[in-house]
Amino acid sequence: MADPAPEELAPPPSLFKLGSVLFWIGVFSFGGGLSGWIHRQVVHRYRWMTNDDFLSGIALAQIVPGANVTNLCVYVGYRIRGAWGATMSLFALMSGPTILCVFVAILYHYVQDYPVLHACVDGVAAAAVGLNIRLGIIGTQRIQRMRRIAPMIAMVATFVSVGVMEWPLVPVVLIIAPLSVAAVWPRKGGGAAHA
Amino acid sequence: MRDDSSLSPYLALIMVFVPLSLVAIGGGPSIFAPIQKEAVDVHKWMSAREFIEIFAVARVAPGPGSMLGTLIGWKVAGWGGAIVATLALFIPSSILCLAVAKVWNRYRGREWHAALEMGLAPIGTGLMFAGAIAIFRMAEAGPLAWGLAIFVALMLTWRPRAHPFALLGIGALVFNLQLWLAHMGYLR
Repeated sequence: MADPAPEELAPPPSLFKLGSVLFWIGVFSFGGGLSGWIHRQVVHRYRWMTNDDFLSGIALAQIVPGANVTNLCVYVGYRIRGAWGATMSLFALMSGPTILCVFVAILYHYVQDYPVLHACVDGVAAAAVGLNIRLGIIGTQRIQRMRRIAPMIAMVATFVSVGVMEWPLVPVVLIIAPLSVAAVWPRKGGGAAHA
Repeated sequence: MRDDSSLSPYLALIMVFVPLSLVAIGGGPSIFAPIQKEAVDVHKWMSAREFIEIFAVARVAPGPGSMLGTLIGWKVAGWGGAIVATLALFIPSSILCLAVAKVWNRYRGREWHAALEMGLAPIGTGLMFAGAIAIFRMAEAGPLAWGLAIFVALMLTWRPRAHPFALLGIGALVFNLQLWLAHMGYLR
């Protein structure tokens, strides 16, 4: 499927609509598939943002301190409806889980012996990881469209270092990020850098 | 080390979580270890066992893994503590993120902005895949979980508008089917 071009974007929603979309994502977000789901809703379903804008927000959200998904949520809200959009998105996303996780903690002692519930939670969490893998695939397609070797190397190097080797994330990003940016930095005298 | 026993529990929660909020580079999991140290060793809000239990609850409850902070707040000072801890953990980093997003947005269209974006986006994508592995490793997931995640990813590639509820529901069904088959003795 093609990315929505900027002119195809839908008009920005009301703060209430934006909040209600993120509220439901928050309530049903088991196991950390939130980024993939937010992407699916704001880019594909409602067309409030372009794919490129969203993906650059993901990179930003991961570099700025704080939980990735709340940062992403702030970025998405800001791009769609400015500072109020960011505030609304953050509170909408977090209000459901804040209340629900306390209820889960209260109930946990009573239900931890029911395997059916564990199977439900594990199954939903595994499926939610699929949403994130899908987002990784979209990012990879975008890197392919850059037609440069350096971004692909940066992607694979990050994945192998953090995912496979389990090296600590911060030093890995601090080393790869400058190299990756330097490789695509515009050279003086025109012409794109081909690393 | 420190003696915060004279502080109100709300103030103690704020003093623990606000600094951690601002150093959580790379996301919530990067501060799980310091959170444990503060909650168990420094403030003695709970035993190590209770911490692990809270960690498990944060994983099964909806929301980001950092809901761990919310639950610590709840243990320390009830609902008020839960809300204070959540705000202390998420507001500082969110304000910082909003400021960065504003600056980022102001220079949109510049050549160096495009280069930064092109250089950073692949790292985000690499971390996305790494995150999938990390989640499964933490959950000690088997081939069924992997297969299901890949099925969902392919499904969304084929039908981008498939509703997440349906896909998450399939996940719950498949895992219950496995449970039932195991119960009936078809699986070991």
